[in-house]
Amino acid sequence: MSGKSVWIATRKGTFKVQKSGGRWQTALVGHLGTSVNYVARDPNTQRLWALLGHGHWGAKLSISDDDGATWRDNPAQVKYPEGARYIGQDMFEDATSEFGVGWKTNIRNATLLKLWVIGFGNDGAIWIGTIPGGLFESRDGGASFELNRPLWNHESRGGDLFNGDGTGETQWFGTPASEGGEFAPGIHSIAVDPRNPQRLLIAISTAGVLETNDGGRTWRSRNKGMTMEHNPDPEAEWGHDPHVIELCRSSPDHVWQQNHVGVFYSNNGAENWSKVSAPSDGVHFGFPVTVDAHNGKVAWVVPGQSDAQRMAINGGLFVARTDDGGASWRQQRKGLPQEGAYDIVYRHALDNSEDVVAFGSTTGNLYLSEDRGESWSAVSNNLPPIYSVKFG
Amino acid sequence: MVQVHLTRHLFAYFPQLDGQLLEVEAADVAGVVRALETRAPGIGFYICDERGRVRPHVNIFIGKSMIRDRRNLSDAVSAGDKVSILQALSGG
Repeated sequence: MSGKSVWIATRKGTFKVQKSGGRWQTALVGHLGTSVNYVARDPNTQRLWALLGHGHWGAKLSISDDDGATWRDNPAQVKYPEGARYIGQDMFEDATSEFGVGWKTNIRNATLLKLWVIGFGNDGAIWIGTIPGGLFESRDGGASFELNRPLWNHESRGGDLFNGDGTGETQWFGTPASEGGEFAPGIHSIAVDPRNPQRLLIAISTAGVLETNDGGRTWRSRNKGMTMEHNPDPEAEWGHDPHVIELCRSSPDHVWQQNHVGVFYSNNGAENWSKVSAPSDGVHFGFPVTVDAHNGKVAWVVPGQSDAQRMAINGGLFVARTDDGGASWRQQRKGLPQEGAYDIVYRHALDNSEDVVAFGSTTGNLYLSEDRGESWSAVSNNLPPIYSVKFG
Repeated sequence: MVQVHLTRHLFAYFPQLDGQLLEVEAADVAGVVRALETRAPGIGFYICDERGRVRPHVNIFIGKSMIRDRRNLSDAVSAGDKVSILQALSGG
């Protein structure tokens, strides 16, 4: 266990958690007062990457090469290239409508609204997901980042808007998670296949899951089996709201997804998804899911009370684990508050490493288990709102 | 020379500018930002987005007047002007 670090991205800075003197202890290591969306270590270089949202001053990439002791802005920042445009939707006042408002699409110039997630291929590639829906890649260790144009120009987004106005229709809708409040699509999940770094799955709120098998040159939807009971067409190809996806590192065909409308599991690399929610066990709505590295049928979720409320169910916080691919779930409550808890755990704020599982909530509580979730203890109850928890 | 005053917030990210008398040669506000970028690489992307527009919650003043052209920063400046760059109080 010695040497295991957990990196915590919060509303007010980056924290490092390590076990010392028999106790897990938190230390603020950087970005004091700054909103940090995600912190992760590049396993190829050991460099730490923090995705910052400065508010007034925009989104920035920050790096550390000394285990978090010092941080600096990466010399190359993520910037949308000149001519990058996308189709957005806006409601507008319309006196001719019997409802007084209309809904129209417009073409917007793209600027960086949020750095949301970073992923690493074992070929050295660095991938970054952003709002408004651009996937950026670096093939030179982060010395430069380029927009992945095949995805940006994908037919589901209305085609190539660098060279014309495309089809005028998009199947990518928005998320309110952008830092400026603009409603625009966001890439929050990047799952690189450890067997083949040319294969990636990404997930977008709100559109769905896409896959590339050729390093990002072509993309196709991977939404079969994902259903939306609220939608007039529950099996529509697009319009899905995956909250996060994660694949099993030793058997990457096992992919898990916590979606707005339930938990989904695939044992064939996202070719087909099966809904494995268990509402009677409280497993349905939530944001995060994490998968065991050695057994793709084992996963943890932290359920929340319906999309209308988004808090611990009936005031009692629990984690649910499945050991059989979602056929059954077991609630893990020992050591977690069982009354008066209003925590919600965001999509990146649950992770596991061997027997250790950790999660953090927007209430600033950080919980950790050393026995695969059987029992929990609070590492801190006083952190800022927690956005991301990652071992590394 | 144009004198530049920065909000203290920016010194947290660009400490090399703290305590300096910032005087630059520039004919317009865009030139002021370019001159700052040479002294503190990266600061231009804090003040402006990748389209070169002043970020929505950043304000730039020449003397006591807010600049008018937030898109191209074409407002003229001349020797003796004081340019202030600060965050807008647009929150609560």
